[in-house]
Amino acid sequence: MLYLPHTSEDISSMLQVAGVDNLDDLFSTIPEACRLKIELNLPDALTEWELNDHMEALSDSMAVSPEYKVFMGAGSYEHFIPAAVSYLLSRSEFVTSYTPYQPEMSQGTLQAIYEYQTLAARLLGMEIATASHYDGATALAESLLMAIRVTRRKKVAISSLIHPLYRRVIKTYFEPTGYDVIELGYLDNGVTDLAELGKMDDLAAVAVQSPNFFGCIEDLQSVGEKAHDKEALFIASFTEALAYGLFKNPGAQGADIVCGEGQSLGIPRTFGGPALGMLASRKKFMRSLPGRLVGKTKDLDGKRGFVLTLATREQHIRREKATSNICTNNSLCALAAAMYMASVGRTGIKELARLNRDKCQYLKKGLREAGFKIAFDTPTFNEFVVEFPAGFGAIYERLLEKKIVAGIALTPYYPELANHYVLCVTETRSKEEIDALVREVQS
Amino acid sequence: MKETLGTTGLILNEPLLWEKGKKGRCGFSLPRRDVESFPLDKELAGEGPEFPDLSEVDVVRHYTRLSQWNFGVDTGMYPLGSCTMKYSPKTNERQASLTGFAGAHPMLPASLSQGTLKMMFELEQYLAEISGMDATTLQPAAGAHGELAGILLIYAFHKSRGAQRSKIIVPDTAHGTNPASVALCGYRPVPVKSNENGILPVEAIARVMDEETAGIMVTNPNTLGLFEENILEIAEIVHSKGGLVYCDGANMNAVMGIVQMGNIGIDVMHLNLHKTFSTPHGGGGPGSGPVCVNNELEPFLPVPRVVEKNGRYLLSEDYPESIGKVQAFHGNVGVMIKAYSYIRSMGPKGLKRASQLAVLNANYIKERLKGTLHLPYDRPCMHECVFSDEHQVADKVTTLDMAKRLMEYGFHPPTVYFPLVVHGAIMVEPTETESKEDIDQFIEAFEAIADEAKENPHRLHKAPKRCKVRRLDEVAAARKPCLAG
Repeated sequence: MLYLPHTSEDISSMLQVAGVDNLDDLFSTIPEACRLKIELNLPDALTEWELNDHMEALSDSMAVSPEYKVFMGAGSYEHFIPAAVSYLLSRSEFVTSYTPYQPEMSQGTLQAIYEYQTLAARLLGMEIATASHYDGATALAESLLMAIRVTRRKKVAISSLIHPLYRRVIKTYFEPTGYDVIELGYLDNGVTDLAELGKMDDLAAVAVQSPNFFGCIEDLQSVGEKAHDKEALFIASFTEALAYGLFKNPGAQGADIVCGEGQSLGIPRTFGGPALGMLASRKKFMRSLPGRLVGKTKDLDGKRGFVLTLATREQHIRREKATSNICTNNSLCALAAAMYMASVGRTGIKELARLNRDKCQYLKKGLREAGFKIAFDTPTFNEFVVEFPAGFGAIYERLLEKKIVAGIALTPYYPELANHYVLCVTETRSKEEIDALVREVQS
Repeated sequence: MKETLGTTGLILNEPLLWEKGKKGRCGFSLPRRDVESFPLDKELAGEGPEFPDLSEVDVVRHYTRLSQWNFGVDTGMYPLGSCTMKYSPKTNERQASLTGFAGAHPMLPASLSQGTLKMMFELEQYLAEISGMDATTLQPAAGAHGELAGILLIYAFHKSRGAQRSKIIVPDTAHGTNPASVALCGYRPVPVKSNENGILPVEAIARVMDEETAGIMVTNPNTLGLFEENILEIAEIVHSKGGLVYCDGANMNAVMGIVQMGNIGIDVMHLNLHKTFSTPHGGGGPGSGPVCVNNELEPFLPVPRVVEKNGRYLLSEDYPESIGKVQAFHGNVGVMIKAYSYIRSMGPKGLKRASQLAVLNANYIKERLKGTLHLPYDRPCMHECVFSDEHQVADKVTTLDMAKRLMEYGFHPPTVYFPLVVHGAIMVEPTETESKEDIDQFIEAFEAIADEAKENPHRLHKAPKRCKVRRLDEVAAARKPCLAG
């Protein structure tokens, strides 16, 4: 076996030391009635050659760039990942280590995560950020639970323009808690309707996503003011982290907690995971944060070093009284994001974000000129909603055959929006590809 | 003793990212602008984040140097108990990075994502077979996330029977995530002590199990590395009062092809793909924590589920009793591909062999080190063994001192001070991928350290001196936290 180094000689000498005659006898403490008498019913082992063929066949059946032109966003974005990021990220010392419990041997991971926390906080306009979470949805669910801990209130209001799948995760997390989740409706211009907030009391948090699921930029400043009027925390969530390379960040607009999905920052989509849950907050909420945190300190000689810190919030110390049951973060994804943010830099991220917006505006203009209705006139980043004529479903299917995926239908999530599609354009789509889409949807 | 693995070498200093670089540099190739620029309302525009501007060379040197301050399984033996730090085969990395897998959008129509769906469908079946359960969800992102999903299933089960319960039994040997997961679902954990042999006594469970108790969370093999011998009786007691048995499968690496948990009274369990199924730990994730269940719990599994119809694969939401979603999309698919690739490479014989050798390695270490280190439970172990620093107490040397000194011999220390039931615990899990020579060297290192504890304890108190940094002031870090630069 490739990964099993034992020779039969090794095995017999080790068995002798262990004081048993054969490998089966090592399991003598397992009651007979508990033991499996037959072989597992699994396919026989493949050679590396056979495995490559098998996996390539599976991979080849997937619709991906460059063969397919996929105009889908909605929480998973196609962005260019520099070779340097992928290459550095594959370094064994990063990939095959674990949670840095022994800081003297893990300074690489620790400094890198400290840098990630810093860059994440700067991107989101916050003072501190955690070492990462599973994905944007779980980061939001944990943020809401955090607000409940901080305010000792039992009710949260969330925008109905938060990613529908995120809202379903929140529902699952909240089901056994007895806490209330109230959804805020939306206005004709595609942003959250805050009017209902006036009537609500005892809110722990108000959560709004920007850009929202329709791609529209929300007026976060107003949301913050209204939330704070009610002495509730203002949680700003996001699915497209790159937007803050161009638009005002949520911290500058009064957010108390900012959380969302960082997949855009150098992480391949891989059918939705692994992803990067980002969670940042004001410093005063530090001790209520869920998940791992890396802090700066000094060693015995006074040299700078980094450690996991504030562990007294966590499950391995506090057990059932912990701020979360989280054990690991998504460390390698956070590392990818740090490498990506370091590679693009301040100059690069502004230009890149601008290009995303301009390409998306170009498609919006093209569709509008072709006579299609842009559903909402609020400014957007790299996604927007278009209302196609009734019966567009058939054209959508035909476009699939031409290897074009013309966005995501909104009907399953917003039944009132028949024939509405959310389309996404990033820097990876060329002018020709955008022109082709405009042409094809008219045919 | 022969020359040790650990030695000195030139380690380079490297500043923080924002302490280097110059404004105007960029390590990113921006695509050509082929569309015009559209005006943007000034009110909406931000300043842009305060990122440093670095060249590609700046970035590459930075992370290459940082990586050299790290220790991974590819560097050497990493016997972190309960974490199963086995070798992560490189072919798995290759498979997961294939463009069709890595580039796929999660909301693609099923007709355009057959390869990934087929992989997921088959992986669910393989994991169900290995665990002896009836169905699997791959959605949870990590072990603790799997626990949460599992307890939510138990919650949904009781709720569907119209009688919610308030407590769950959690033994004192459990991972800290167990009581925390229980609490997240509104249950109160009821602690139960293990007996003098380190296993759960039937009577203790019988005493606390009642009709207010939703079930029990058992780690089997447990965190002392021992098989819970009374599991059949315990399951019977829990079931007789209408409760369910959850198994924390973190230690499944001991019993693949040897015990199917579905046959020993387990109703629901999670597996850690990053432990048992060789996917890399990534410095602390991403992992993957699939949950396997029996028929009774299947209706409650998260959606969407992958189903097969006439050889085609679909995602179905048609499970009205489902607990819903625990992640936005389908779970950590990139990790699943690696575990799938591992199972296909090993086959049924290889997996069983892996468990046998993992247990052999642990028993070999236990026998050879039990004179040097105190062994609180002297009985055959599974994939890991737990020692303590009791023999070194007289020399004023602690588990922590020995762990730190072990680094200088070129090994990552074992898990220390866990499980909590052993004072000064040293929990060693070698895994099956360590060869006898490497294990012998590890044993010799520990023997040498035990000698040093007697002759030169000072040296241990001062260790490590050869790493990038010496012992760090964790108290100061927590008292005046600095979490961002």
